[in-house]
Amino acid sequence: MSALSHAPITEPRPDVTPARSAAPAPGRLARLWRTNPLGALGGVLWLIVVLVPVYWVLVTSLRTREGFFDANPLALPTSPTLDNYRLVWDSGFTHYLLNSTLVTAGATLLTLVVSFLAAYAIVRGTSRALRWAFSVFLLGLAIPLQATIIPVYYLIAKAQMYDTLPAIVLPSAAFAIPLTVIILVNFLRDIPDELYESMRADGAGHWRMLLSLALPLSRPALITVTIYDALNVWNGFLFPLILTQSPDKRVLPLFVWSFQGEFTINVPAILAAVVLSTLPILVLYVLGRRQLIGGLTAGFGK
Amino acid sequence: MSTAKVSASARHSGPPFLMALPALLLFALFALVPMAIVVYLSFTHWDGLGSPAWAGVDNWREALTSSVTRNALWLTAKLMVFSWAVQTPISLLLGVFVAGKQRYRALLAVLYFVPLLISTAAIAVIFKNLLDPNFGLGAALNLPILGQDWLGDPQLAFYAVVFVIAWQFVPFHTLLYQAGARQIPASLYEAASIDGAGRVKQFWHITLPQLRYTIVTSSTLMVVGSLTYFDLVFVLTGGGPGYSTRILPLDMYITGFQSNEMGLASAISVVLVLAGLVLSLALLRFSGFSRMRSQQAGM
Repeated sequence: MSALSHAPITEPRPDVTPARSAAPAPGRLARLWRTNPLGALGGVLWLIVVLVPVYWVLVTSLRTREGFFDANPLALPTSPTLDNYRLVWDSGFTHYLLNSTLVTAGATLLTLVVSFLAAYAIVRGTSRALRWAFSVFLLGLAIPLQATIIPVYYLIAKAQMYDTLPAIVLPSAAFAIPLTVIILVNFLRDIPDELYESMRADGAGHWRMLLSLALPLSRPALITVTIYDALNVWNGFLFPLILTQSPDKRVLPLFVWSFQGEFTINVPAILAAVVLSTLPILVLYVLGRRQLIGGLTAGFGK
Repeated sequence: MSTAKVSASARHSGPPFLMALPALLLFALFALVPMAIVVYLSFTHWDGLGSPAWAGVDNWREALTSSVTRNALWLTAKLMVFSWAVQTPISLLLGVFVAGKQRYRALLAVLYFVPLLISTAAIAVIFKNLLDPNFGLGAALNLPILGQDWLGDPQLAFYAVVFVIAWQFVPFHTLLYQAGARQIPASLYEAASIDGAGRVKQFWHITLPQLRYTIVTSSTLMVVGSLTYFDLVFVLTGGGPGYSTRILPLDMYITGFQSNEMGLASAISVVLVLAGLVLSLALLRFSGFSRMRSQQAGM
C-alpha cells in the first residue's frame, strides 16, 4: 500500500513529524504568552471573532421574542424556550430536509459513478481521445458556475424540467465532475501497474479490474470527494434559486433565506432555522472530523 | 452488459473511451454547451419566457458603456484585492500557529473550523441579523464600532462584505496553510536555532519560503473564487445599498432574473467567464502550478 501514500487527504496523519519543534513545549496558554505573545494574541482574537457570532446565534435562538429585545444579547437566556425551533419545524422543515437529502444524494451518486468510470479510463487508457478528455476536465475547473446560470436556466426550461428536483441534480453533478475526476485520476495513478497486470494474467477484463481492484483501493479518495461534492451540493444556493420556484421544491439553504424574508424581525426564529439547517453537518463533523476536514479541502492541500 | 466481449479486447488495449463518455456528456451538456448558448443569447433580446429575438450588438454596446456594469467590474476587482489582502495574512499566520503539535492548538483548530460547517446562505443570514443597527449585536451592546449601520451605509457595506467573506473562508485557507506548515521538515528549524535564528527570523527565512506553493494554491483559489461570491452578497445586501456591493455575478443575476433582460445579462456572463479564464491562465502561467504538482509528486 506504500504506493498509495499520496492520498489526497489533507489533514495530516498524527504520525507526521510536527514541523515546529522549535515551538514551546506542550504547555498552557500562559507559557505561550511568555514565549510568543503575538501568536497567542492573534490566536485568541480570531477565536473571539469566530465564536462570538456562533455563540450569539445559539443563545438568541433559545430566547423568547420579548427576551430578545430586553436581554443583554450575550447573556444566557433567562427563560430558554424551544418555541423557535418548534416554529421552524412546523414551517415544513422536514420536507426541505428531505429535498436537500434527495438532491445531495442524487447529485453525489451521479457524480461519483460517472467520474470514477472516466478517471479509470483516463488513467488506464492510452488513446489520444482520453488525454483530450482529461484536458477538457482540467479546463472545466476554470468555468465559474455563475456564468452559466442563464443558459442552464434556458436548457432546463426547454427540457420542461423547471421547478423539479432533478433540475438541481443535473447541473450540480455536472459542475462537480471536473474536480472529482482530477482527484480520482491523481489517486488512481498511484496504483501500481503490476497489480493490474497480475489480474489481467488471470483473464480479468476492464470491468472486473475496475470493480475489484481500482474501486476498493480508491476508498480514501472516494470518501474525500464524496464529502467535498456532497457538502457543495448540500450548501448550494444558486441552482436551487434559479431552477426552482415553488415552496415545496425548496432545499435547506433556500428555506433559510426565505424564512429570513418571511419573519424579518423575528430574529430568534430565524437563527433557530440557521441552527437547525446546520445540525446535520455538525453531527457529521462530530462523527468524522478527520474525514470531513479532508473532504473539505479535497486535495487542494496536496 | 457484454462483459466477456469487453474483456477479450481489453487484454490488448486500454479501457474504452466509452467509459469516460457519461462524465464528458454530462459536463458538456451543462457546462460547455451553456458557454456556446450564453454567447448566442448575448446577441439577443430575451425576457426569459418567450423566444429570444436577434439584437445584434445592442447588449454588448450597453454592457460596455453602462456605468452600472462598469461599477460592478470595478467592485469585483476591488473585492478580489481586499479579500486576498485580508485573508492571506490571517490564514497564513493561523495555519502556521495551529500546525504546532501542542494539544491546545489542535483544540483551537477544531473551533476555528466551525464556520466551514455553515452554509453560505446561513452565514449571510447570521450576519444580516448580527450587523443590524437596530436589532443586532452592536446595538444591544452599545458598541459604537459594531453599532454602525454596516449593511445600510453605502460607504461601509463593501467592507462588511469583505469581513463576512473572510469569516467564511479563512478557516478553509487556514487548513491549507496548516497542512503546508506541517510538511516543513523539522530539521530546518533545528539547524536554524543552532545558528541562533530567533522565531521571527525563522518565520521569514524558513516558514515563508517553504510555504510558497501553498501560498500560490491558496491565492489562486481566493482570486478565482472572488468572481463567484454570489450567494453571500445576494443574501447579505442584495447588491445594495444602491449599487455599493453589486459585484459582477450579482449584476448579471439582477439584470437577467429581476429586470428580465436575459440578453444583456448574458453579455455580462461572457465577461465573467473571460475574466475567470484569463485569471486562471495567468495565475497558472505565473505560478507554474503544473510544475509544482509534478515536484510534489516526486517527494
